[in-house]
Amino acid sequence: MRIHVSTQPKLAQSTPLHPKRRGIIVGASTGMGAVLAQKLAKEGYTVALLAPQKDKLETLCGEINSVEKETRAFAYVHDVTNYSEVPALLRKIVADLGGLDLFVYMAGVNYPPGLENYNFEDDRKMVEVNLIGAMAWLSPVAEMFQSAKAGQIVGISSVAGDRGRIGNPGYNTSKAALTCYLEALRNRLTRHGVNVLTVKPGFVKTEMLKAAQGATPFAVTPEQAVEDIYKAMRRRKQVIYTAPIWRWIMLIIQHIPSVIFRRMSF
Amino acid sequence: MQKNFTQLENFGHSLSAPSYLIKPKTTEEIIEAFQTAKKEGLSVNSRGAGRSYNDAALIGGGIILDMQGMNAITAWDPQTGLVTGQPGVTLEQLWHKTLPDGWWPPVVSGTMTTTLGGCLAANIHGKNNFRMGTIGEHVVEFTAVLPTGAEVTCSPKKNGDLFYAMISGLGMLGVFTSITLQMKHVESGLLEVHAWPAHDLHEHLSLLLDNAPSYDYIVGWLDSTHGGKGLGRGQIHAANYLHGNEDPNPQETMKLENQILPPRIFGVFPKSILYIFMKPFANNLGWPLVNIAKYIASLPRHTFRQSHAAFHFLLDYVPNWELSYGRGGLIQYQSFVPKETAEDAWREMLALSIKRGIPSYLGVTKRHRPDKFLLTHAVDGFSLALDFKVTDGNRAKLGEMLQEFDKIVLQAGGRFYFAKNSETTAETAKKFYGEETLEKFKKLKKRCDPNGLLESDLYRRIFE
Repeated sequence: MRIHVSTQPKLAQSTPLHPKRRGIIVGASTGMGAVLAQKLAKEGYTVALLAPQKDKLETLCGEINSVEKETRAFAYVHDVTNYSEVPALLRKIVADLGGLDLFVYMAGVNYPPGLENYNFEDDRKMVEVNLIGAMAWLSPVAEMFQSAKAGQIVGISSVAGDRGRIGNPGYNTSKAALTCYLEALRNRLTRHGVNVLTVKPGFVKTEMLKAAQGATPFAVTPEQAVEDIYKAMRRRKQVIYTAPIWRWIMLIIQHIPSVIFRRMSF
Repeated sequence: MQKNFTQLENFGHSLSAPSYLIKPKTTEEIIEAFQTAKKEGLSVNSRGAGRSYNDAALIGGGIILDMQGMNAITAWDPQTGLVTGQPGVTLEQLWHKTLPDGWWPPVVSGTMTTTLGGCLAANIHGKNNFRMGTIGEHVVEFTAVLPTGAEVTCSPKKNGDLFYAMISGLGMLGVFTSITLQMKHVESGLLEVHAWPAHDLHEHLSLLLDNAPSYDYIVGWLDSTHGGKGLGRGQIHAANYLHGNEDPNPQETMKLENQILPPRIFGVFPKSILYIFMKPFANNLGWPLVNIAKYIASLPRHTFRQSHAAFHFLLDYVPNWELSYGRGGLIQYQSFVPKETAEDAWREMLALSIKRGIPSYLGVTKRHRPDKFLLTHAVDGFSLALDFKVTDGNRAKLGEMLQEFDKIVLQAGGRFYFAKNSETTAETAKKFYGEETLEKFKKLKKRCDPNGLLESDLYRRIFE
């Protein structure tokens, strides 16, 4: 199952003077996921990277391991809609990593149907990847963290989940539900010492942005977004927006009365 | 499985790793755990009281067999002093059972919370190593279950190769299920203890060397924060058993209530919170002051009588003392160096640590003799155990310094002990164990554990 790409044959062991935290990133091959993987490795994590694209993962792992000069990244080819393989794969990865401190769900797809069109197949795919895939992973991860009374979960949701808009009902739904699921996990897990961070990016300059129609204000680079995410992780925050200004924009948007909102072209 | 996921720590609170915790009660349940592990592709490690300072009792992401539930003393013969117990029996349970009949464990660690299984896996030594050897030398027989599901019984005569490899084998060949130990007959609950000061390292080691033959136990405290001319100064404690009528009332002194460590100081101050008051001293300013005070107090030679428990179990004297080291915890660096080279090697190491501003806060010295166990840590010489506080600020430079220490110790023909050292590399281990020993161990490993199920984080660090 694992494609092991490294310059050294074995994982660098954690010791008291060279401690390594262990993280999993689902959806790591491109965009924010890839940048976060590099950032975490630099900050002393050993990371397991999951995505469906074998080539991209291999390249990324090779890069990280050569920069860190030791085996710090492992790759696993995985399609998040392959729900039934998740529990066994998770156990395998945790065994390979030698534990688990951090889980990041980054996988997401966005298929805007266009204002005149309705596309159930695409909507379904978005819900399957963005939401059900997240639940398939987060439920065994949450169970482990609750039992261990330690750990951190980071879920990448979106500003799109804050309000249903005319452009992409399926995407809005998948992200709104993900935000709600993460909030529920947070309420369950905080009392067990587990931090759940919901990240709501606005526009991030990745492949996904190319699907966006119209203007893309306050767009940030994946590097900027990852800086925001890492800082929030360190401070064990609950919810962040990146760019931060989206917190205020969404606060306003959330309070626009429906009578106005349903007439807006936004 | 996920529901058993548990965060486990080492003794020094300096390293943690989560594992699936299983608490077996029977041999069958251990075998079952091996089968689960094989099916799931997981590693297994057994854990006793978790008193190793390193990663010996951890296996992140694997299955931990918590052996503390298998803790029955199954046979005790006060005539012969033979005791048989399950691997989770602690040294505390053991002496509580045998001392009222006049028997004491032949070898004990600095804490009585350790389990028999853990003691054998690390092949522990005590302050009488030069005389009594390691605990393995007093094991009459043990049974263990191998990852294949087979059960083996070993003694020096029967399955001798396994006997000498599983004791000291760090739990990597099988899991002990029953251990028979020859206890040591004592005629009193007290020891006669002599204390002298040592003014420098040369005198310190000479005192250990010259006095060991006349005593049953000997141990040194070394003021590791003090440099210059008095480098290596400290205090020697040597003790003898009492014989014949030296103790006028042995029945009384061997009673448990006269051994148990008092929970309060001066009958008032609860020791359970003492570590909190030690915290402000656990830094480069505080510990030297503590050590100076301790050194001055140690200057007059004196002789006193002390219970076995009070003499041996210093680590239990202040409960949770290890928490006083704060969030980063502590590590211990213990080196075993031949008597001919120890002084120069340790002079260099101690001076280096003081020069770099990362002194050890506590140093303990002992006198040792070699033994026949496969992964032995002992030499005909001395050991020096150094406790270091770990902080976010000192990790990198402490790590660097300990690698230099390793080089000095190897150069001096020394060895390391894997209940303690946490930073030793595979390369260093290869050098002091020697290729031949490691080959032998690997062959036995293959024979006992063909699927490589038994792994600890220590094993991954050192042997893979």
